[in-house]
Amino acid sequence: MGFFNEFPAMERTDLRDLKKGIDASFKDFSRSWGESIEAFFDPLFYFLVYFEKLLLSTPWPIIISIVAGLSYWGSRSWRLSAGAAISFLFIGYLGMWDNTMSTVALISVATFICIALGIPIGVAMSKSDRLQSTITPILDVMQTIPIFVYLLPVVMLLGIGKVPGLIAVCVYAMPPIVRLTNLGLRLVDKEILEAADAFGSNYRQRLFSVQLPLALPNIFAGVNQTIMMALAMVVIASMIGVKGLGVPVLQSIQNQYLALGMMNGLAIVALAIIFDRVSQKYGKRLQRHREGGSDV
Amino acid sequence: MSKYKIEIKNLYKIFGPNDKDMVELVANGTGKQELLDKHGHVLGLKNVNIGILANSVNVIMGLSGSGKSTLIRHINRLIEPTVGEIIVDGENVLGMDHEKIRDFRRFGASMVFQKFGLMPHRTVIENAMYGLNIQGIASVEAEKRAKHWLNRVGLSGFEDRFPAQLSGGMQQRVGLARALATDADILLMDEAFSALDPLIRADMQTILLDLQAELHKTIVFITHDLDEALRIGDDIAILRDGELIQKGTPQNIVLKPADDYVADFTKDVNRARVLTLNTLSHDTGSKEGLRLDGDLSIEQAMQQMVNSEYNLVTVMNDSTPIGQVSLSDMVGAISRPDATNSGSTTTYR
Repeated sequence: MGFFNEFPAMERTDLRDLKKGIDASFKDFSRSWGESIEAFFDPLFYFLVYFEKLLLSTPWPIIISIVAGLSYWGSRSWRLSAGAAISFLFIGYLGMWDNTMSTVALISVATFICIALGIPIGVAMSKSDRLQSTITPILDVMQTIPIFVYLLPVVMLLGIGKVPGLIAVCVYAMPPIVRLTNLGLRLVDKEILEAADAFGSNYRQRLFSVQLPLALPNIFAGVNQTIMMALAMVVIASMIGVKGLGVPVLQSIQNQYLALGMMNGLAIVALAIIFDRVSQKYGKRLQRHREGGSDV
Repeated sequence: MSKYKIEIKNLYKIFGPNDKDMVELVANGTGKQELLDKHGHVLGLKNVNIGILANSVNVIMGLSGSGKSTLIRHINRLIEPTVGEIIVDGENVLGMDHEKIRDFRRFGASMVFQKFGLMPHRTVIENAMYGLNIQGIASVEAEKRAKHWLNRVGLSGFEDRFPAQLSGGMQQRVGLARALATDADILLMDEAFSALDPLIRADMQTILLDLQAELHKTIVFITHDLDEALRIGDDIAILRDGELIQKGTPQNIVLKPADDYVADFTKDVNRARVLTLNTLSHDTGSKEGLRLDGDLSIEQAMQQMVNSEYNLVTVMNDSTPIGQVSLSDMVGAISRPDATNSGSTTTYR
């Protein structure tokens, strides 16, 4: 009966040895490769530092005009652009300017990396069912594995600082853009693709003149999701030494500073809303053909 | 040089993993249903041999599932055949490599689709320019040519609209302009007018016939509508279950249906519009009656007879009388053929 009442688990000593073995070999790996991997990410580090310094050293009125200008360029809406400027004024008045600049730098770079890697991966996935069935589970893992579980090996390899934080953000934020690029390309009307083929388009012509433009609504939804998820990671990234709005939030949790937490939290929310609305409006504007159905 | 622009020879298409192995079974008489039940393969086309006449409208018709859309896609190889040959201007399309087949699609044959296949994110003029963009023609020149063809199909002033802002008939005119703009000799039209309502469809047929009178393209036109086939076709091929049943001129199809299937198709046709005086004319030696040209349809001839006092027509070829047709001949020819008595007393030339 003992067999049924107690799960036939591995011997304790074996299990301990197994875990120890894995830990030891990863330590060895990070000792011998850590530096070269760090060197590999150096350009990213310098870029991030440079961008952050640029934002911090630019006089605040210029930053606010740029924010307002970009919002208007993206959305063509004075209200949205004014709203963005006012939010930044508030943020600065409440003493969160420097942290906000750090966060904006991190989010921008992370989003850029996610798009630059995610869209090509999504394109490749849409072409091959086999690749899709390989990558989909990887994306599932990236999105569902507890963040601290992969934060640990990243920190062991690269120490604490900006780059591991950036990697953590990207791991979490990239899946939506990959998934939605793949989905969008797969949903493009077969008849239109056939027409492109019938006129003799090659692969590039078909991809750039037909598939990507028609997949744009989904790709934009992906970009949007990626930005939102990157912002959601700001607090966690601050745990491994990334400066920004996450740091005071973390302090407020540890010390019960209600107001500090609220203010910085709301600053993150404000950034999220500005990014979200502007990118959505911009995406819509790229698809003006979808408007005005039967206006003959 | 043969009179055919395109020759389709011994073409088989079987859908399924072991399609090549199934060809022999099909050639030895395994039917569509049996192939599906016993071997799990779908018969698309069976030993199709068709010559497509140069500079004319070749209609391929059949009901859904007859393989007509599959057939037209073999011509520009959007679908790969199981076995067979498709010879265009002496060259086998099925032997072309990727680069060559792309060239053929860009310069040799353009296509019009049932659901238009327009690109919703491009404006009307950008859509009409698509084939030219792919050909690599500079945009100023491409725009000029696209504009010309949009004008020819009656869409001047709509250049900057998006397809979604146009009605179905207008969208298909864009499709037609896009296909004509590439200047290809061959125009493949896959149920091009089937999605349009009857009045618009008749309009589009007229546009096509007017353009064809001037352009003399080799048109392959797929349809399931016999009236459409008879109206625009110089030559009609009828498919059933992937097999060619009959091929001939519209008159031939109506007068001498190859089997019950074709007869069933043709029984509701307005025969007065299809049959011409030439088909009914028989030599009596007499030269009396109303003198009419032999290419006139019976409908037109009857109209003219009502306006005159004759009930006899002398059929003219240019200015030579070649025979006569009486009113009763005409009435006999246009009445529905009786199912049990297909042998008519009228003798056809």
